[in-house]
Amino acid sequence: MSHSALDGGPAAAGSTPAFDPEPGRPKASTALPVRKRRRSFLPYGLIAPAAILELLIHIGPMLLGIWIAFISLTQLNLTNWLNAPFVGLQNFINGLNPESTIGQAFFSTVGRTLFYTIMVVGFSWVLGMAGAVFLSSNFKGRALLRTFFLVPYALPAYVGTIAWAFMFNQRDGAVNQILVDTFRLVGDERPFWLLGQNSFGAMIVVNVWQLWPFAFLMLMAALQNVPHDVYEAAAIDGASLWQQFRTITLPMVRPANGVLLMVMSLWTFNQFNIPFVLFGASSPKEATLISPLIYQNSFGSWNFGLGGAMSVLLLIALFIASVFYIRMVLPKGADND
Amino acid sequence: MVLTVLSLWVAVPLYVVVSTSLKPLKDVSGLFKWIPREITLSPYLDIWTTVPLSKYFQNSLIITVAATACSVTVAVLAAYAVARLQFKGKRAFSLTVLSTQMFPGILFLLPLYLIFTQIRNMTGLQLQGSYLGLIITYMTFTLPFAIWMLSGYFASIPKELEEASMIDGTGRMGALFRVILPVAKPGIIAVAVYSFISAWGEVLFASVLTNEATKTLSLGLKAYASESDVFWNQLMAASVVVSLPVLIGFILVQKHLVAGLSAGAVK
Repeated sequence: MSHSALDGGPAAAGSTPAFDPEPGRPKASTALPVRKRRRSFLPYGLIAPAAILELLIHIGPMLLGIWIAFISLTQLNLTNWLNAPFVGLQNFINGLNPESTIGQAFFSTVGRTLFYTIMVVGFSWVLGMAGAVFLSSNFKGRALLRTFFLVPYALPAYVGTIAWAFMFNQRDGAVNQILVDTFRLVGDERPFWLLGQNSFGAMIVVNVWQLWPFAFLMLMAALQNVPHDVYEAAAIDGASLWQQFRTITLPMVRPANGVLLMVMSLWTFNQFNIPFVLFGASSPKEATLISPLIYQNSFGSWNFGLGGAMSVLLLIALFIASVFYIRMVLPKGADND
Repeated sequence: MVLTVLSLWVAVPLYVVVSTSLKPLKDVSGLFKWIPREITLSPYLDIWTTVPLSKYFQNSLIITVAATACSVTVAVLAAYAVARLQFKGKRAFSLTVLSTQMFPGILFLLPLYLIFTQIRNMTGLQLQGSYLGLIITYMTFTLPFAIWMLSGYFASIPKELEEASMIDGTGRMGALFRVILPVAKPGIIAVAVYSFISAWGEVLFASVLTNEATKTLSLGLKAYASESDVFWNQLMAASVVVSLPVLIGFILVQKHLVAGLSAGAVK
């Protein structure tokens, strides 16, 4: 009898948690798992459709994309890609060799895309901030102006780009007329804006036009949390408008800035639509960004392996960036298990 | 002063589009004229016959509505689970959703193209150039966005509402459908409109995965430019027509959109 009691000892101990935080309340610790088990299928049932879709449209394709980087895939074996030869790191060696033209194009494109991102995000932030600051005071027509500023963001991206393409396109288009005829900023020679070096600047203008309302929207929302009397108090103390901006406005938008700048940077870095509509399937070499370059390699010169290798490098870069992004965003979310 | 400059900066391209869309073709080429010499509505009538615009409209509408409806339906369930329930793997699920919405379409385009090719080889099901194929690819960006935005909306609804309903005996699902969905309706509509807008403006997938029969507006507008002529006035008229539905939708829901976007659920 005493033996069986001893045998029962360890078994009973094994069924309860080793470090029971509340040993005095056995009822709660036994009741809880039962309730949990009864409920536990519901969340999985709810996320199942989304999880299956995520696997099919994101995870699966991403893994396949990594595989493509290691095979030789051209238009010849495209329909029979399962049997495409494995070439190891050859695509990466081709794509990353700084001696080769492909490698040079890759590195200069990455650098150009980074510079492009800084320019577009920088200008968009400044314009958005200006709009948010000057629209934060109450006046007649404020709501209307606010909605109007959002129009470029709400338009389909290709419509905004087509509008700019028309303005830039012709030698006698609206842009040249403003710059040459009205303000005489550029000499009498009417430049072609969508060719050569100029095309890079033109693309920045179009992107800023479409992106700045987003910065405006976010900064406006952030500024709405600043109580108005803070500014009034500062004004009474004799702070200039610039001082008020530096000591009140800027610190107030700092929390919103992190996510805002991150998101705008990722969108801009991945930009495809604007160059595609502005220049067609292949951009001028001075204005090629990374997404269009991968597109050109894959669907222009039919070198899918090379496109795949560049995609993998982009994936790694974006993965690192999104880790930072998630760190910034998640603490605010409902996720804290 | 600053506001004037910003207004002009926004307004000039919009003015160029609208004014050009009202000019006869002979006034469109050559030096750009700020004040039209002649105003005509004929570009708005001609756009439907120069290219099959109504066909493109129909294609865009079918693909965009289907992708949005599927995404929002699936996302409502998942977002509720993420916002309200505790379960194993929740963090992994949230991280996946959050990170994939940051990735560009170019990363998914080629693999999906190959998967579609394989499906065709094996089953004969043609996904390249089909509505279904485009709807699936459009969900690569509408779904993660919808899940993330909606979980933000659901999390902002007071828990007491459902608790009261569950005490009345509705159960979790009853609470979701009878209490949460009606309360979250403005948010759900805003998310749907935003998904619609982003799918309506999609170019990349459409450029590879459509054919003549399923071409969407984003590519169809190119047809106004042939080798010899560019019908700029018609192109601008078509741009106006194509933009109006999304612009109206955006303006109607912008209040809720702003609330959702600035709540941290940024996309």
